[in-house]
Amino acid sequence: MLEAIDLAARRGYARLFSSLSFRVEPGCALFITGANGTGKTTLLRILAGLGAPFAGTVRWRGVDVAPFAQRLREDVVYGGHLPALKDELSAEENLATLVALMGETVAPANLRDALASVSLDRQASLPARALSQGQRRRLGLARLTLTHRPLWLLDEPATALDTAGIALLKRLLTGHLERGGCALVATHQPLELPAAHVRALALS
Amino acid sequence: MTTAEPVVATLGRPAPVPDSGAWSGVRWALLRDLQLALRSRAELGVQLLFYVIVVSLFPLATTPEKNQLALMGPGVLWVAALLASLLSLPRLFASDFADGTLEQMALSPYPLPALVSGKMVAHWLTTGLPIVVLAPLLGLQYGIDGEALAALAVALLIGTPILSLLGAIGAALTLGLRGGGSLLALLVLPLCVPVLIFGAGTVDAVHAGLGAAANLSLLGAGLLVAIVGAPLAASAAVRISLD
Repeated sequence: MLEAIDLAARRGYARLFSSLSFRVEPGCALFITGANGTGKTTLLRILAGLGAPFAGTVRWRGVDVAPFAQRLREDVVYGGHLPALKDELSAEENLATLVALMGETVAPANLRDALASVSLDRQASLPARALSQGQRRRLGLARLTLTHRPLWLLDEPATALDTAGIALLKRLLTGHLERGGCALVATHQPLELPAAHVRALALS
Repeated sequence: MTTAEPVVATLGRPAPVPDSGAWSGVRWALLRDLQLALRSRAELGVQLLFYVIVVSLFPLATTPEKNQLALMGPGVLWVAALLASLLSLPRLFASDFADGTLEQMALSPYPLPALVSGKMVAHWLTTGLPIVVLAPLLGLQYGIDGEALAALAVALLIGTPILSLLGAIGAALTLGLRGGGSLLALLVLPLCVPVLIFGAGTVDAVHAGLGAAANLSLLGAGLLVAIVGAPLAASAAVRISLD
């Protein structure tokens, strides 16, 4: 479903990676590991269409996609380092805003359920500035439960999550793969998923 | 208490196609920015107060003589409008850039120019419109007569959106730069010169008996060009800043 063909990226004059090719089929997850500064985030941003690779192409559902391609934007959910939360808005408003930005409609009841599923129901009306790092991450997980995108690109999703949060993340990923979705996860901590379709990519 | 399964299970159902309409995008950005502006009303007040103070400083620094004040009043009101609109421009994209909302906007199915347009409209509604409303009141301070005052207000009504539109291009271009705020002023102020000339000239034209129509038409033409071009230019700049 998602193919990378001979990708290369640089930061300044430093080469991060080159001739990187892989293929992720529906129902598969690819865990991207590597030391700091090896290009995990850069790779995810290229795949999300946020930046152009130095060389190579990204192919989604059999079609080459340029950065910011409409085809890709309709299918991808990108969870980056930055949580995209507004301090002035409550947790619930932030979630509603983010889901609406993805072009999806969600009923208020579903919004509440999603917050409950990440144990944030009691913080629903708290402004986002009052949330802890882990709770901000959980809000990102709540967004994943509400959207229907087949391609998940997650950058260090386990950061700041407690053990219950990591278990929740694993359950969400497993469910996503079972429904035939794709996931690419840049991570330091290995997440043991029960699914058989997990592969690893080590950048060096 | 954790019901961990996704609330909206998609098992066996094809994923719904997300909404990607341009108007929905404009609406999303406009409503969210207005909501955020309402949450931080103090910032809006500061800017309006800045406008009032700058306009009020000129008679103190120059002359209390009525004829001369009436002569320079329109120009002062325009320059102050330009400065006040510039005051809030650095924040237009900067907070969205810093917290990651901008990259989510660039990855949203909505066209980025539509989202950027919504932000521009919200910027004008929160900064330009209050200035347009206040200007006739402050114009009285300068002894500008009724007919000229009306022409001035209409000129500001057409001209201040251009300031927001052009300013947004500058704000997007200077994203992520150190000292972006001052660079923004250097970029945007020269671009605003035609708006300033035709805007402030409206009152002169009325006084000279020529009528305001010519100046207002030119401003209107400028506004149309800016409406078409500025969202495209600003969204291109946003994409560059994200790369």
